[in-house]
Amino acid sequence: MIEWLNALVQGVLLGGLYALFAAGLSLIFGVMRLVNIAHGDLIVLAAYLGLSTTMLLGLHPFLALAIVMPAMALIGYALQRGLLNLTLGPDILPPLLVTFGLSVILQNALLEVYSADPQKLAGGGIETASISVTLMGEGLAIGVLPLLTFGIAVAVIAALQWIFYGTGLGRGFRAVSDNQDIAQLMGLNKAHVFGLAMALALAVTAVASILLGVRTSFDPAIGGGRLIFAFEAVIIGGLGNLWGTLAGGVILGVAQTLGGKIDPGWQVLAGHLAFLIVLAVRPGGLFPRVAP
Amino acid sequence: MAEPLLSVTALNAHYGDFQALFGVTLHAGPGEVIAIIGANGAGKTTLMRAISGLLPSAAEQVRFRGQPIGALRADRVAHLGIALVPEGRQLFPSLSVEENLRLGGTVGRPGPWSLDAVYALFPVLAERRRQASTSLSGGQQQMVAIGRALMSNPELILFDEISLGLAPVIIRTIYDALPGIVGAGMTALIVEQDIGKALSVASRVYCLQEGRVSLSGRTADVTRAEITAAYFGVAA
Repeated sequence: MIEWLNALVQGVLLGGLYALFAAGLSLIFGVMRLVNIAHGDLIVLAAYLGLSTTMLLGLHPFLALAIVMPAMALIGYALQRGLLNLTLGPDILPPLLVTFGLSVILQNALLEVYSADPQKLAGGGIETASISVTLMGEGLAIGVLPLLTFGIAVAVIAALQWIFYGTGLGRGFRAVSDNQDIAQLMGLNKAHVFGLAMALALAVTAVASILLGVRTSFDPAIGGGRLIFAFEAVIIGGLGNLWGTLAGGVILGVAQTLGGKIDPGWQVLAGHLAFLIVLAVRPGGLFPRVAP
Repeated sequence: MAEPLLSVTALNAHYGDFQALFGVTLHAGPGEVIAIIGANGAGKTTLMRAISGLLPSAAEQVRFRGQPIGALRADRVAHLGIALVPEGRQLFPSLSVEENLRLGGTVGRPGPWSLDAVYALFPVLAERRRQASTSLSGGQQQMVAIGRALMSNPELILFDEISLGLAPVIIRTIYDALPGIVGAGMTALIVEQDIGKALSVASRVYCLQEGRVSLSGRTADVTRAEITAAYFGVAA
């Protein structure tokens, strides 16, 4: 019984990481209807930027975020203005093809620069620290890092929610998402607004990637898997709903750890199954944004 | 006469292979209220889109305060002081009434219009400031659309079909509000299908027919028969 409870708790906490992967994907889809196939590889790119920063400057990975976050935001803005904006239009195919190509390019460039060897960010004591809690009369050890990851995920989602619904920037995001022409008439340059949205998305991605790199090893090829998890979390939660994305990440995480509890080989499969069940039963996701 | 605030010269506009405007020429002086009338498909909305920058044209075909703006993006045109109240209101459904208005103030031009001034003009909007813009009646949505355009403190405001689909009592309310808007010296182009309404507030009128200016003149000088001929293209 305690083992299942443990798997459940670990799954919930893992869901926080998936929600962080997914938040950036969800944000850019919401603002500009762009499906970014390269999202997973951008996560990996950020993890390697974190690696270089920690190696060169001898910083703790969490402190490296002070460099990696603005760097990813800049890359995001430049990528959007210089490339992705040119692909956006009535046809949804060009952005898919271009981001797919970008994914291939990123993967191979990382392979060239960093080799295929698995790397890891050295987090120090936090990697193994845990706290003991008593749940339903049984003792349970909860890792500090997963707990911190989950807390950061909640904080990031809350911050994004506030940006979207409480600031002028978010008002611009929603307006451009509603009607690009009319938003332009109001003096908003949509190319710039899209650039800011991608910058914000990749800044969130930077947070996710550092937590990923401290938690587990990574290599240039793992982007595709992270992309799938991010997609599944977004779809399970419902498009356009950030808190739903957190719930989607949690459901995916729980399905994976419970599946892994039954048989270690079933971990990823159980996540996909949970996703397929939600897709079959509620194609719009569990918590789609209420149509205005 | 004074240097025109807006001059449109031999403007052609295309949607793909379809040409919607053929050599349209018109001008508007500071503080003038001008009616633009014409049947469906005459090119009135296309003209609005071209002036506001949504439909790019050659730079010199549209001049504003002596500056060529025909080739500018719509957000640049908005910063220069031209605002459009689009046909069909086109509010942002994800934004509340007040957020729609605030978004209209994005360009941050100084002037008399602010949230308070818009709420004073249309008090009903103040009561509904927190509501989703789509929950309002058509007339109230039109008030939001007008307020949103005013929030940019434009020098030139374009009204595209402001009375389309609204109840007569609402249309009267909105037209009653017009003097309070243009009285302060704002220039306005009013696109209307309701000829009587348009002529009652405008000093000059242009009639479009199949993408060309078929009649222009002072509203006091043009006769009903001339308008009918210019509107339908047949002698009445």
